[in-house]
Amino acid sequence: MHEAAVHPHAPPQGFLRTHVFSVDHKVIGKQYLDLALVAVCTGMVLSWLMRLHLAWPTAAIPGLDKLSPNGAAGGVITPEYYLSLMTMHGTIMVFFVLTTAPFAGFGNYFLPLQVGAEDMAFPRINMTSFWVTLVAFLVLISSFFVADGPALSGWTAYAPLSAVGKDAGPGQGLGQTLWAISIAIFCVAQLLGALNFIATTLDLRTKGMSLARMPFSTWAWFITAVIGLIAFAVLMPACILLILDRVAGTSFFIPSGLVISDRLQPHSGGSPLLWQHLFWFFGHPEVYIAILPGFGIISHILPVFARKPLLGPRAMIGCLIAIAFLSYTVWGHHMFLSGMNPFSATLFSVPTLIITIPATIVTLLWIGTIYGAKLRFTTPALFCLGFVSVFVSGGISGFFLAQPSIDTYLHGTYFVVGHFHFVMGVAAMFGIFAGTYFWFPKMFGRMMNETLGKWHFWLTFIGVYCVFMPMHYLGLAGNVRRYSAFTDDYLKPLIPLHRFITIAALFTGAAQLIFLFNLIRSRFRGPKAPDNPWEATTLEWATTSPPPFDNFGGKPPVVQRGPNEYGVAGAGGADYLMQAAPEPAPAR
Amino acid sequence: MGEAAMTVGARPGALVEESPYGIPSRKLGMWLFILADAATFGAMLFAYGYLRVANPDWTRPFAFWPTIANGIAMTVVLLTSSLTMVAAVAAAQAGRQPASLRWLGVTMGLGALFAALHLREWIAMIGAGWRLFRNPMGGPVLFGATFFGITGLHLLHVITGVVVIGVIALGFRRGRFDAGHVETTGLYWHFVDLVWMFVFPLVYLLNVR
Repeated sequence: MHEAAVHPHAPPQGFLRTHVFSVDHKVIGKQYLDLALVAVCTGMVLSWLMRLHLAWPTAAIPGLDKLSPNGAAGGVITPEYYLSLMTMHGTIMVFFVLTTAPFAGFGNYFLPLQVGAEDMAFPRINMTSFWVTLVAFLVLISSFFVADGPALSGWTAYAPLSAVGKDAGPGQGLGQTLWAISIAIFCVAQLLGALNFIATTLDLRTKGMSLARMPFSTWAWFITAVIGLIAFAVLMPACILLILDRVAGTSFFIPSGLVISDRLQPHSGGSPLLWQHLFWFFGHPEVYIAILPGFGIISHILPVFARKPLLGPRAMIGCLIAIAFLSYTVWGHHMFLSGMNPFSATLFSVPTLIITIPATIVTLLWIGTIYGAKLRFTTPALFCLGFVSVFVSGGISGFFLAQPSIDTYLHGTYFVVGHFHFVMGVAAMFGIFAGTYFWFPKMFGRMMNETLGKWHFWLTFIGVYCVFMPMHYLGLAGNVRRYSAFTDDYLKPLIPLHRFITIAALFTGAAQLIFLFNLIRSRFRGPKAPDNPWEATTLEWATTSPPPFDNFGGKPPVVQRGPNEYGVAGAGGADYLMQAAPEPAPAR
Repeated sequence: MGEAAMTVGARPGALVEESPYGIPSRKLGMWLFILADAATFGAMLFAYGYLRVANPDWTRPFAFWPTIANGIAMTVVLLTSSLTMVAAVAAAQAGRQPASLRWLGVTMGLGALFAALHLREWIAMIGAGWRLFRNPMGGPVLFGATFFGITGLHLLHVITGVVVIGVIALGFRRGRFDAGHVETTGLYWHFVDLVWMFVFPLVYLLNVR
């Protein structure tokens, strides 16, 4: 009753209410995606700066001294500023790209459509969630412009470095405080979002849309929301305790007798390990917050282009749930080198190895789905295949890292950098790309250019392998991560490989310009999209492109069957049955 | 099941599947908030336990008089307020609005009394030299940080709860809110009460001299 007042059936009037402060989940989804696009461009530029510095440590980067007169005097990056760039790259990418785009962005736009709802359960909370996320982003970016520059303690903000203040180096003053404030704000936004996703999925499904008939992407967003609801609720108090250590003189994460920059720190009794426990209790589920929506998107898209039902739909959903559950039992595998009790390392190693089982089953189900299929090689299909490829490449190194004895050697090296960039960075990005090419027609009513899309895919696919595969070799050769330059004798022979990676990173980055161009051009010049260009079964394709304000023109669809009806006899010779289509007349 | 029952939790016009939990979105939303908030309190209590174990010389400053006696009084007050909240919800659901408003008023009064007793205790401790970063008894400084941190977070929930109950009661009287709102607010209040049932033993009783 009350909700009706929040979200009337009539579309809002005026530019601000329609496009800016809109409670429409479709507008909010696009706002999240726009924010992610800005964030990913920022994060990518930061990675270029890091790569340039790693390959040519003495080279001046023109204009960089304008951004940071201290951190890059004359354009040459100092070691401290390198760490700031690394911290900001990681923070922006993990929080503001890999969480906002696949989960908040696509989830907001398509979850209500896929379950046949008019909007989210709490539209105003939904709008709040986006604007709070934006505030968090602006707070984080503002740390580039404070006197000592941004934080340099990594996206994991390990204490005591992150907790003691500016004695720990430039950027550990105001920059680190802004980091902690930004992430605490971000947690609030994601909690609101997660609450909304769960309530929408459970309460607003249209008639006939039982849980078993929900599309795989809806399942993935739902499960991701459940993970996020707990994970961000733990990171938020952790960040607040960190802020208290920094500004209120508490010692939660700072041990006794710590001397930094020749000064005895006025703290005692705290534990840096406590921060790691709290952070990674959030941090490992966060990996799945980034990748599970990708799982859902791939499971949603692959059958469309394979023209076959997804193999083992129930096994798929069971695996997603198993991964979500297990994701809360493995956080200690990030802490094998932290001084944690070695027996705990064994304890965390076992579920880490167990979690590879559902992840492997999921991968085999995708491969089984395309096995023997007449695959339609569209751009979204290519990105799905690319997703499977990089997920396998990154996942296999996970088997090694799960074992404490091997991880002890590899954890501090580029092997880990290659591993997580493949498995949660690039794989999640490929999921985002697949989703963008797949859903763009629905979101904007126009098709994206296929030729440009295929160029984009192949250049990116080759590029990311050139960037991240060699990192595994670097790691095995003992190349430590987080160093800003490699001047030790044993590292010098590896510099040519670093130069190769840098060139490949710039090349891959340049390939993204094709995507940007395609995105902008198709938005205005693309051919008009039909309602269901890919011949898919789910409800978002049962409405117009783009959908009207209330999604289904006041007539909520009545669902007859699950989302997996491909390769069947449909109406008019089609090989698929839409979820809301009436039963076809028996032809035989 | 009539059409009206089918649309519970959704806006009018949306034909929804009967919810597996049979509860409106607002109530589900409150349950989800409680789940997340429980994780937040859980993290705080985990940090407290971790730091307590990490500091073998942990300070135990409390005596039965006045701290624990005061704590027992606070516990009784808060538990009673849960009971009056139950009465408020029952009255609201039975359509006895004036009785419900009265019970909501009593609940607010008890919540405010709890907050007053708590703040008096805080002021006495601050007067004795306790700070977030100082231990007047010379032990680990983290006692103050964990004590004020955890009880402060709980106190914030109590004060927020009193304000929210006030807003809901006003709206209920004016007809803007219904019995469902009262019930959802009740869920929150019981949760705040439940958290205290963890805070009191862990933060008070474990720290008796």
